[in-house]
Amino acid sequence: MIIAGNILMVIGGVFLLLGGFGVLRMPDVFNRIQAGTKATTLGAFSLILGVGFVHPQWLLKLILIIVFIAITNPVGSSVLARAAYKKGAYQYKKEGEERSEVK
Amino acid sequence: MINIIVFSLIGLGVLFALIRLIAGPSSFDRVVGLDTLNIIITAAIVMIALVLESSLYLDIALAYAILSFLETVVFARFLEGKQ
Amino acid sequence: MKKGISTFLALWAIWILIAGFNVTEIILGGAVALILAFIVSKYVNYSFGFSIVLGALKFVFVYIPVFIYKLVIANLDMAYRVLSPKMPINPGIVKVPTEIKNDFGKLVLANSITLTPGTLSLDVEDGHVLVHWVNVKGSTEEEYKKEISKDFDKILGGIIK
Repeated sequence: MIIAGNILMVIGGVFLLLGGFGVLRMPDVFNRIQAGTKATTLGAFSLILGVGFVHPQWLLKLILIIVFIAITNPVGSSVLARAAYKKGAYQYKKEGEERSEVK
Repeated sequence: MINIIVFSLIGLGVLFALIRLIAGPSSFDRVVGLDTLNIIITAAIVMIALVLESSLYLDIALAYAILSFLETVVFARFLEGKQ
Repeated sequence: MKKGISTFLALWAIWILIAGFNVTEIILGGAVALILAFIVSKYVNYSFGFSIVLGALKFVFVYIPVFIYKLVIANLDMAYRVLSPKMPINPGIVKVPTEIKNDFGKLVLANSITLTPGTLSLDVEDGHVLVHWVNVKGSTEEEYKKEISKDFDKILGGIIK
């Protein structure tokens, strides 16, 4: 049980690191939001669940935190992306691609 | 041992998000960095609860998650409304 | 009256989840929730009946496994894109049609789109979801819908409508 929890915690840490790295590396605002939101959401889920395996008596509250992150995190990133879209933030295009703004 | 590994991974993630927060060309990039930073820190607070064996920190993590969501939405609304 | 009872149950459930299973906490929380529900019920504008329990059970057992599977796939995909040196991305903003009409369904659909591989919902208009997509495939709305939201639209349409 504790070993499974530790493995989940390390996987979560790796995904949190990838989230930070994605935010640093991606070329425009929307791609950064995607990398940041997705990787950190799964990373946080996995890490918190791992802590729940190590400490089973906290499991209920930890699941409450997970549900809360699952509801609010996509909403927050969506609101942010919508604001960036409405203000006409810079959009990265692949070289040699011609595309209208919205199809 | 396992705590040190997990905390180092989290610390590197925080470092990358902080670089984006400081260097971001537009204000949206900064808010994206801040949002990512907040989620990583929520997970880090849960880790702290595990290390210090104290369930009080879980309440702090929950409150931090709620406040970080509010923070993101308020910043996004503010930037959207600014002309 | 129905509003009052709904508010009371919701508040009490949240309190028990936060405070934990402890007899004094449960009794005290129940008393405070009763008083609060009595005061607040004039201002709230919702209520739920017995059918919400069935809906919630269906939601948990049908929707959540699909959601978790898609979330894991999304993350592996994103990790591959972030880590590979050439960064194989082809981003663009597309419009996806949807049949879901009510507000809660739209919220869940937008959340699901945000957490599925390579997509991020920007805005919900009537009958359309604006989606930012890391790796655009296809060129018509039907193709987009097939790639992005077909599974979720089917499952959610069965549960919520």
